[in-house]
Amino acid sequence: MSEHAHPTVKTFVAVWAALLVLTALTVFVATLELGPFNAIVALTIATVKALLVLLFFMELRYSTALTKVAVVAAVFFLFLLAGLTLSDYLTRGWSSYINPFH
Amino acid sequence: MSDSETAVQNLKHHFADLEQQKATSTFGMWLFLVTEIMFFGGMFASYLIYRLSYYNAWVAGSQTMEIQYGAINTAVLICSSLTMVLSVHSAKLGKRKMTAICLILTLVLGFAFLGIKGVEYYGHWVHHEVPGLNFHFEHTGNYDPRHVEIFFSLYFAMTGMHAVHMIIGAGLLTWLLIANARGRFSSEYNSPVEMVGLYWHFVDLIWIYLFPLLYLISHHHNG
Repeated sequence: MSEHAHPTVKTFVAVWAALLVLTALTVFVATLELGPFNAIVALTIATVKALLVLLFFMELRYSTALTKVAVVAAVFFLFLLAGLTLSDYLTRGWSSYINPFH
Repeated sequence: MSDSETAVQNLKHHFADLEQQKATSTFGMWLFLVTEIMFFGGMFASYLIYRLSYYNAWVAGSQTMEIQYGAINTAVLICSSLTMVLSVHSAKLGKRKMTAICLILTLVLGFAFLGIKGVEYYGHWVHHEVPGLNFHFEHTGNYDPRHVEIFFSLYFAMTGMHAVHMIIGAGLLTWLLIANARGRFSSEYNSPVEMVGLYWHFVDLIWIYLFPLLYLISHHHNG
């Protein structure tokens, strides 16, 4: 196994500053009236923050391919969990006219 | 104890070398975190379904949250992630004293988070927002207050589970501090510091999503 590169203290401080700026930004955006975009913008900022934490603080950027696959698999199954559940809940009304229980 | 001594002492017999041992523990820790993601994922999925089903009640519940508490706590956690990453960094360089200082700072920030969360929980109690114990919600919009109670149930489940993880993290940090003081870690062997670091950042990661979902996204909507 090769010797991993490691981030420096400077990188960590820069990531920390970016996380604080993004937090301030997401609080500011919450005070604006954006309709459905409030949720979209807030979750996009959260995902950027999550990526910063994952890649630099958790050093995923410098990890083995095996570790990266495990994390991508987790995200995939999370979407599967939410996606399949919603495909049930959001479509229940569609076939109510043939629903034998109604 | 010299670096190579701690290295020899900590190499388990079923590993070829420390490098392999470290790669194994890192992967094992990530697998554990994957199960944690799925564990919290169940609650996030419930949150999503209920928000779509009882949107007005969700907005009303979410608007009772005090954003400043959540924002300050987010900043506190981000700072604790920085001190955690610095303690891992120091441990890798074999700087015992610096590792200890950073671990203590992380612990202090962790308790600060829990303290602020406690103040917030007390506010929920005073305002009769605790489901099952004293829940009473003056509703003014087109929704069923029982659905607001579901919002608060999920709020307490998610932030409560998050807080439990923080408390476990504080215990792990204390353990690291003791082991570090006893000279268990060196520039060659420091996996426990790194693994607790992964756990601590994961807990931060969960909060990064809890904060917008519970406090922010419904702030300007009409219930």
